[in-house]
Amino acid sequence: MTFNAAALLLLIAGLALIGWLAGRARSNLLAGRAGTKLHSRPQYHGWYVALWLFAPAAIFLAVWSSVSPALITNEVLESEAAQSLPSFGFERGAILSDARDVAQGRAAEVRLAAAEPLVRPYADASRKYAWIGIAAMLALALAGGLYAFTRIRPDFRARTRVERIVMLVLLLASLVAILTTFGILLSLIFESIRFFRLVSPAELLFGTTWAPQSGAPQPDSFGGIPLFWGTVLIGAIIAMIVAIPIGMMTAVYLTQYAAPAVRRWVKPLLEILAGVPTVVYGYFAALTVAPALREFAVMLGIPNASTESALAAGIVMGVMIIPFVSSMADDSINAVPQAMRDGSLALGATPNETIRQVLIPAALPGVMGGILLAVSRAIGETMIVVMAAGLSANMTANPFASVTTVTAQIVKLLTGDQEFDSAKTLAAFALGLVLFIVTLLLNIAALRIVKKYREAYE
Amino acid sequence: MTQDDLTIADPKMRAQGVNVFYGEKQAINDVSIDVGTDLVTAFIGPSGCGKSTFLRSLNRMNDTVASARVTGTILLDGEDIYAPSMDVVQLRARVGMVFQKPNPFPKSIYDNVAYGPRIHGLAPSKADLDMIVERALVRAGLWEEVKDRLSESGTALSGGQQQRLCIARAIAVDPEVILMDEPCSALDPIATAKIEELIHELRGKYAIVIVTHNMQQAARVSQRTAFFHLGTLVEYGKTTDIFTNPKQERTKDYITGRYG
Repeated sequence: MTFNAAALLLLIAGLALIGWLAGRARSNLLAGRAGTKLHSRPQYHGWYVALWLFAPAAIFLAVWSSVSPALITNEVLESEAAQSLPSFGFERGAILSDARDVAQGRAAEVRLAAAEPLVRPYADASRKYAWIGIAAMLALALAGGLYAFTRIRPDFRARTRVERIVMLVLLLASLVAILTTFGILLSLIFESIRFFRLVSPAELLFGTTWAPQSGAPQPDSFGGIPLFWGTVLIGAIIAMIVAIPIGMMTAVYLTQYAAPAVRRWVKPLLEILAGVPTVVYGYFAALTVAPALREFAVMLGIPNASTESALAAGIVMGVMIIPFVSSMADDSINAVPQAMRDGSLALGATPNETIRQVLIPAALPGVMGGILLAVSRAIGETMIVVMAAGLSANMTANPFASVTTVTAQIVKLLTGDQEFDSAKTLAAFALGLVLFIVTLLLNIAALRIVKKYREAYE
Repeated sequence: MTQDDLTIADPKMRAQGVNVFYGEKQAINDVSIDVGTDLVTAFIGPSGCGKSTFLRSLNRMNDTVASARVTGTILLDGEDIYAPSMDVVQLRARVGMVFQKPNPFPKSIYDNVAYGPRIHGLAPSKADLDMIVERALVRAGLWEEVKDRLSESGTALSGGQQQRLCIARAIAVDPEVILMDEPCSALDPIATAKIEELIHELRGKYAIVIVTHNMQQAARVSQRTAFFHLGTLVEYGKTTDIFTNPKQERTKDYITGRYG
């Protein structure tokens, strides 16, 4: 007997169906007997019973599934057979999980001899907790169902109650995303605090030497400035030099000049460009653009031109961002009232003059918001820079040289075998926190600008 | 249609057999009309009768609608405005337009008025431009109200002031004809009265064509009135005749309020 959550969920769903039918039948019956009209239609009474039957039991099921394995292990550890286990570490964990797999039928026999005596206690404990869980769940389901069932009366406002329950379910669903964000933020903060005990925040934010990969990193080898500079150079300078003009011109063409048929084709194509996985852009940057740029740099006679260059990563990132900028600019230009455009044309301005002197200035706040969002995306972008920008922390304005970014370094710090308590690994969390805060601020600023601007024309 | 006593010897604009189509749908059917140089001409008629559509074909604003097509001839000083040799941009500088809803640009009051003169290169120097802006605002009756705050945004003015700013903007490029598409429909009665007063003052300086829903307004500001219904020109005549002694039954029904 094991605790099979999926089967149990099906069981209570079945019970809920019975509850639904029973609730509906009872409301009909009561209304018929009293000769009055029901406040709510019968199926609402059915839903009321079904939800009361299902929801508490399902919530219990979710909680029990996550709690019971720990309870089972505790019980096993208290058994006599467990006293001979090695006191700590890897071996102890391996023995326990081996015994658990056999006891719960996932493996035919033990691989470690030491696990053999634990199989029985494990099987016993599993069975015990499974029964407790099932009994409690069924009791909850029946109690909920009965409570709801007895409340059915012709004048009972089941419809209103169901509405409220539905609202609660939707609220819980939306809380998941918010709570996850908070969880991520908290974990970043905790790990960052551990890092800042080893290295001061001022050193990370203002130090100019980044060398955490050296054999024994010192506190002064965690200066983040080279990374921040690389991030800004690629994401906020080179990528934007590519994305802003091309994105704007695309938007102007699509909103002002393109025939409807062209627009119908080009817009979805741009959206496809936005949907290309970034890793594909990454190898395009690394395998096609970067070598071509290097050839070009060598031809120009630029020294230390590298195959991994800020320019390659920045250009490809800019291309990736084009659809984003153009769609934000498209929206902003479209939000400028037609009357504004007509007013300018009626004064004898050409379409081009109208766009440059009236439409773009009027759309500018929205476009600026879009650009800030684009920057925030670009500096958080990882794959392209990991593949094309390189990992050497250079402070250089030479776009043909190799630079590194915050995201590339986070990947570098966290991949491979790492001890999770060294300053080297913890630095990744601190960098992540910095990145999180910066992109958050950019997003807030961008959304405020866009919102303020929208209000101006409505 | 009779217009024997109405023929204008030297009309500013003359439309002959004009049809306007939106795709397959015909919005204007065989309209012929003269617009006199020193006159205010009012177009009246129920909603959807085509009066605004016809007005917009007089400065080719219908060109901005992809599916619109105009046939027949429209002459400005004897020159066909739909001829291939006609420069639309120049045409619109000569035939200005004021819209239903005030649509100042999100720029300063000064820049709103200076917009047209700048793009057409009418002012060689800053001083000239200042003068053009001042004269346009004076003519539009807005100068006294805004002369101390020319650098403020045009969109911050009241609705009536915005509409007068749009008139000043149109005047600033020194057009020959001004088309007004229901210029008062978004304004309160006081602002409306000011605009009507302004139309009186502008008469004689520009040929003015005004589309209006408001029959009293047509009677107050115009010398000629054209009544449109279902895309045709039903009757055109002296404003006093149209309102006191209409020849057509449909005109009579409309001005006495039987429909529309």
